[in-house]
This record gives sequence, structure tokens and C-alpha cells, in this order.
Amino acid sequence: MTPTLATPPLPTSSPAEKLTLAVVAGGLLALLLALADADPGRQRTWLYLALGLVSGGTLGWSWLKFGQHPAGVQQNNLWLRASTGRGGIAWVTGLVLTGFYVVLYWYSGDNGQGNFGPLNNLVHGLDGFSQLLRARPADQWFLYGTFYTLAILVMGARALWKYRHSRYQIIRTASVMFFQLAFAFIIPGVLQFFQQPEFYFSYFWPLKYDYLFPGTVTSLVQNGGLGVFMVFWGAVMSFLATPVLTYFYGKRWYCSWVCGCGGLAETAGDPYRQLADKSRASWRWEVRIIYSVLAIIITITVLLWANFAMHSALLGEVGNVAAKWYGFAIGAVFSGVIGVGFYPIMGSRVWCRFGCPMAAYLGLLQKHFSRFRITTNGGQCISCGNCSNVCEMGIDVKQYAQRGEPIIRASCVGCGMCSTACPRGVLNLENGPREGRYQGSQLIHADSLRILS
Amino acid sequence: MHLVIIGNGITGVTCALAVRRLRPEAQITIVSSESAHHYSRTALMYVYMGHLRPQDIKPYEDWFWAENRLTLVHATATSLHTNENLVTLDNGSTLRYDQLLLATGSESKLADWPGQHLAGVQGFYNLPDLAAMTRDTHGIGRGVVVGGGLIGAELAEMLHSRGIAATVLVRAPHFWGSVLPPEEAQLVDRQFQENHVAVHYGTELREILGDAQGRVRAVVTAAGEEIACQWVGLAIGVTSNLTLAKTSTLETDRGILVDEYLRTSVPNVYAAGDCAQFRQPDAAEVSIEQLWYTGRIQGETVAQTIAGQPTPYRRGVWYNSAKFFNLEYQTYGQAPACSVAGLDSFYWEHPSGRVALRIYFRVEAPHAVVGFNALGLRLRHHVCEQWIQQRAPLETVMAHLGAANFDPEFFPQHEKAIVTAFNQQFPQRVVTLKQKKGLFARF
Repeated sequence: MTPTLATPPLPTSSPAEKLTLAVVAGGLLALLLALADADPGRQRTWLYLALGLVSGGTLGWSWLKFGQHPAGVQQNNLWLRASTGRGGIAWVTGLVLTGFYVVLYWYSGDNGQGNFGPLNNLVHGLDGFSQLLRARPADQWFLYGTFYTLAILVMGARALWKYRHSRYQIIRTASVMFFQLAFAFIIPGVLQFFQQPEFYFSYFWPLKYDYLFPGTVTSLVQNGGLGVFMVFWGAVMSFLATPVLTYFYGKRWYCSWVCGCGGLAETAGDPYRQLADKSRASWRWEVRIIYSVLAIIITITVLLWANFAMHSALLGEVGNVAAKWYGFAIGAVFSGVIGVGFYPIMGSRVWCRFGCPMAAYLGLLQKHFSRFRITTNGGQCISCGNCSNVCEMGIDVKQYAQRGEPIIRASCVGCGMCSTACPRGVLNLENGPREGRYQGSQLIHADSLRILS
Repeated sequence: MHLVIIGNGITGVTCALAVRRLRPEAQITIVSSESAHHYSRTALMYVYMGHLRPQDIKPYEDWFWAENRLTLVHATATSLHTNENLVTLDNGSTLRYDQLLLATGSESKLADWPGQHLAGVQGFYNLPDLAAMTRDTHGIGRGVVVGGGLIGAELAEMLHSRGIAATVLVRAPHFWGSVLPPEEAQLVDRQFQENHVAVHYGTELREILGDAQGRVRAVVTAAGEEIACQWVGLAIGVTSNLTLAKTSTLETDRGILVDEYLRTSVPNVYAAGDCAQFRQPDAAEVSIEQLWYTGRIQGETVAQTIAGQPTPYRRGVWYNSAKFFNLEYQTYGQAPACSVAGLDSFYWEHPSGRVALRIYFRVEAPHAVVGFNALGLRLRHHVCEQWIQQRAPLETVMAHLGAANFDPEFFPQHEKAIVTAFNQQFPQRVVTLKQKKGLFARF
């Protein structure tokens, strides 16, 4: 279609919006100063100033941008802005994020003398806070956890303003903010404060794969009552609670209400949700990759236990080596560097969609053993494509809606954005009886041609 | 069998898909001058506003057509020779058909206003219109929209999204006066106010003034008021596109005349969608239907006949929907704008002025429900349809209102307030709410 459509003018930002964005930029500058300054006291000051300015600026900007307009769908110029439409700003953002992950994962380890490489100043800037929460000095993972939680809280506030016309989105956003702050940040910190194992009650095998590895289980059990409870909790969540909750509510109870990866995607990743590729080609890659990852982690886990039961007589170190490579390729490169680093280019759910074994497991349950579906409202679809556009999991939602069919897909995380964005009130997330779950509307008859194969 | 379809809009494409299903061996060719692939006309506004890219409004990926053996021809059909079963295209080729469907759609209506051909004055119907609007609203300060209907509201929202001040001229005393009762129109008007769109009701356009370069510089209303602007959108409706039909012997009036099987005056030639005019429409229905939904249903119907199972067009229970800025609108059944003999209605509005429901019913007992207007809340299509079809009494509908609730989870449920208001308004027929919201709720 005509290329002239892609290059219209954007309305200029108001002076107030520019000011808040300048505050964010000032915060990033302060972060650079924290990295460069040699004086520990000033490092800390720069770091906290940076966090304050970035958070405050983002909150102020969000309030002006979304809070000042009438409540409703606010997507104007989404694809026209360089930051959210894969323009120059998006590529720079992606590069910076990717670079941060590379440095964090492979160049920020403690060198044995308390030096954390390029991020050293930032890590030590948080020593005081870490002592307060965990009764131990900060390390690179504490820095990462702090940044991560802050990103979910600040961008969560943005999402609350942006989607304030939808109670479903308000409650869901509050939920991911709560689970990140309490279950993935404060509780693990407090556990460490009391000399207990650092344990995340909101992550389960096979996403947190090592929680059911023999090594982790034995060391937790040795830790006593609390450790035994942690092993029990992990096993129950993976094998009992997950199927039961997914039966009643679909995989959304975890992926878009509890999970930290999902939490970041739904908040910090919200400006990028439309970037998920909707093509059939990408769906084919998705199916190939995600179920392979699930198969690999199940195999590794079984190998490790078999080996453990036979006192390493069976395979020697094979299981451990495989686990190590899995940790590098999937745990670090896929879920971290690609999963978050590529947000501005590939969308916010690259990891969840293509790589996460937990999502694969939940997806199989959702597709075959769940009451969840997204209902299409009779014949009201106009094929406008807004639902597909906002689907962060790359589901071409309108293919179902325009045929009057319910959307039952393994990948759907139930964020509800398709329902929120639909201008005709066509889509609704529902947990109904399994009987007649695939029943389409009787009000559309035309089209029963296959779309995915 | 070679089926040639002129027009790749919703009607033509729906027919092609249905024929492919019914007659797997058929050869199907779709001709369009407007675009290489089918796109959703209703989504044009979202491309302008930057919510979507041009490729996002294609309902099917490009591989879909070849895989389903639907041949697409991007060319203009210039003449039709029904005695030879032949269509001539502007690329020099001809197409011979066994069956022909004309689904040529509409074009924007103009009303002979002085200055309507100035640069920066346009209708809004197709891709060229979108390109023109994108070009001509670049960097302007004010646009004027003429017409108080769906396209008028869309154009105002589009201008607003680019920070362009919008003025809307509406001939009727309230918005979409031919369809919405005054109360509903009031809710729409509130949306205009909140978004700072100036709407002049009871105002007609007299002429459009141009500058020395032939570009629009202002409009003058019938009352003589001059409004400076750099762009004018004419949204007073559409008329059937008869360009191709007129090159043949097909009988036409305002549209291509068809019987209830969507057959034209010439054998093996059919017409459906915006361009078709029924010779004998049902009493309560219009002869030309220009809606996405009716276009789709007509495409489905005519496909049956083309595939050898003659099927008369039955629209079924009427439905339509729209969105005015942030206000969603759905309607089902018979929902007239002004009072009709034998019908009464119950209207409820939330104190916020953002949610409203109107239920139309027959005056005589047992007060069968005939229609709904919903604003700011979503109704379940098949439940409303069933109620209307089965002539459910008003009391039954009120008591089971929750079954029709299609709002997302956690949304405020208004059924209690609605029933309370109903009982106050109709104390002689007090109703207790028996059914709250729930999936597949029986009634």
C-alpha cells in the first residue's frame, strides 16, 4: 500500500512532557556519573539521585501522557513514534538493554576482592540498602533485582494510568506489581536476613529449573524445616497447583498475574507489546522452539535424578554439564539477553512466547485441560485488527474473531488487552464449562478455511 | 465453474471464501482496482491515528489467497459484456466468467456544494481517501467535518489524534439524529466535549471557500457563519458504485437491482453488498444496506446461490456497533430514534453519563422486547438475538439481564441499578433480578 501513509507528522510534545523526559535523561546522566565517580559516598549519592530522577520523571511523564486525557484506549501514533515503532530510538534502547545484560551476566562477577567489574560502583552504592534488607553487602544480582523491581513498579504505575478505564487491567497490573515486590524481592531478602536460603515462592520448575534439581533439593532439605517446606511448596506448585489453577482460570493466573518475567513484560514492556510478529511463519518457529526447550529441561531433570539415584554410576557428569549449558543458553542468553534486551524490536514476550518451558507446560494444560477461552461476541467483529495488534504473544486474534470462533490457544497469557482494545466489544475472557468450549457463533458462516498448519 | 468477483471488500471476499468451502473445485478470481489484497475498510481510521500500520489491516496474510486458490487481480474492470460473459480490464486483458458477482461497494456522496472540488476537501471511504487525508492534514490547524454520523465522528477523532482542532457541522438537532434517540446522542455529545471537538448542531454547509492556490481556506454555514479551516471532510453518506454496472445492460436504480437471491436482471450475474438494491425490500428494511455486517451476510448468502443452493437473503435480527471516542455503542433489533406507534422503551443511564441502556418493547401485553441500545456496556449478541427472536416479555428480559452482560471480568455490574430504575418507572410491573452475569447463563 502507499508509502506516503507511513510518514505523517507527529504532534509535538508539550513543554511539561519535555521537562519530565529531561528529568529522565538527567537520571541516566547521574547513573553515568555514579559509574565514573571514584568517591564511594558520591557514588551512592549519584546512584540514588539517578533512581529518583528516572522514577520521578517517568511517573510525571506517564501522568501527563495518560493521566491527563480522558480514560480510554490511548494508542495514538504508536507505530509512528521511533521509540515504539522500531525506529532509531528503539534500536538504541535495544542495544543498551542488551549490553547491560551482557555486562551483568558475564562481566560483573565478584573478583574475590569485592569488585564487581564495570557495574562495581552501582553494586556498592546499594550496600547500605542491601544490609538493611538482607543483612549482607550487595552483589550484582541484588543490583539487578532492585532495578527490575523498580522498573515493574514505576512502569506499573504508568500502566495503571494508561488502562484505568479497565478494572481487569487495574487489578491485574496491581497483582504483578505486588508479586514482584513481595515475593520476588522483599521475601527472598528477608529470608537471607535470617540466614535462610534465598528462595522465590513465585517461581517454579520448569521455569526455575534448578528448584527441582537433586542438588537444590538436597541442600534445601539439609537446611531444616523451612527448607523442607520450600521443596514441598515447589513440588506442589509445579505438579498440583499449576494444573488445578490452570483448569479453572487458564495460564493467565501465572503468566500475567504472578510471574516476574510476565510482570516486566506487562509493565516495562507494555510500550512494545504490538511488536510481536503475528505471521504464521513466527507461529511455526514458536511451536518448534518452545516445546523443544520444555523437552530438554524435562530430560535434564530426569537425567539428574536418575544419576542421583544411582550415585553417579549411570552417566557421570553428563547431567550436570547439560544443566550448565542449559543455564547458559536458555537461562541467561534466551530469557535475559534476548528476552528483555530485544523488547524494543521483537516485543515484550519473546522469552515467554518462544522459550519459557513453564509457558509451554501451562499452555498445554490451557489448550487441553482448561475452562478458559476468549469468547467472540456473535457477529460483531469488523476485522479491524486492533486485537491482533496489542497481542504480545503474537496471536492473530482477529483470525478467530472474524470467524466468530472462541480463541483457545496454548500461548495466550490472558492479559486481556485484546478485549480492552476492541472497539466493538467483541472479545471477552471467560472461564466457562468445558462443554461447548470450541463452539463458534452461529451468526457467521463464511469461512472455515485453515489458518494455522 | 469460473466465478469472477469484482471488488475485494468484505462482501466479495466473504463470498469467495464461502464458495471455496462449498465448491472446492471452483475457479475463483477476485478483481480489485483499489488494493492488491483485501483490507478492512472499517480500520482505515486506525492507520491514520498510528494505532496500526497499513499491513495490519489486512484480515488475511498474503499467503492465504494462493493457498486457497483464490486468484487476485489488481486492475480496474472497465466494461462488462453480459452477452459474452466477459469482463474487460484496464490492463488490457479480459476475464471470461461462468458466474459473476458485482461487489463494487460505494463511493462518497457529494451534494453539489460550491467549492467541494477544492484541494483539501474530500470524503472518507477508501485507501486513496486515507492517503489524501494524511497528505492534506499535514501540519494544519483546523479541519471541518460535515455530517453527524459514524464517519463524521471518526473523522473528528482522527483529526483530534493529530492535535488538529476539529469542528463538526451536524444538520440535525442532535448527533446521528436518524439513528440515536436524544438521550443516547447526549452521551455521544459528552465525548465530543471531553475531547474539545466543537459540534454545531442544526447547522448546514452552504459553501466552501478557497484561496488563490485552489486550496480550501474556510467554510460558510447556511446561517452565514464563516469558519476558517485548512481541510474539509464530507461525511454525509455513500452511494452505490455503479460505474461498471452502467457499462452493461444490467438494470439499476440507485443501486444494482437484485431479487431476494441477489440475482440481477441478467442470468449468472449477481450483486451484493453496498452496490446492491433490493427490488422488494421487507417492510421494515431499507433497499440498500451499506454496512460491514450486512455486506458480510449478503456475501455469505449469495455464495450459497452461486454454489448451486439457491438461498434467499434473510438479514436476521439487525445489529450494529460503533465507537465514539471512548464510548462503545451496540444496537440489536428494532431501535428507532423517535417514537414509533406500538413501541415503547425503557431507558437507564448511569449517573456518570458514560453508560446507558435502552430496551424497546411492544406496548401491548406481554410487552415483547424488540430491540436494545447499549452505550458504554457490552451486550452478549446471541442472548439479545434470542430474546428478540423469541419475543421474550420485558419482565423476563429484565429479570435475566445478567445473561446478556458481556463486560470484562471485574467490571461494575449495573443490572441491580437498572432493575431498580425499571421498578420505579414501571411500578405496575415490579421485577426481581434473578440472573446475574455468567457464561452460558440459561434463561
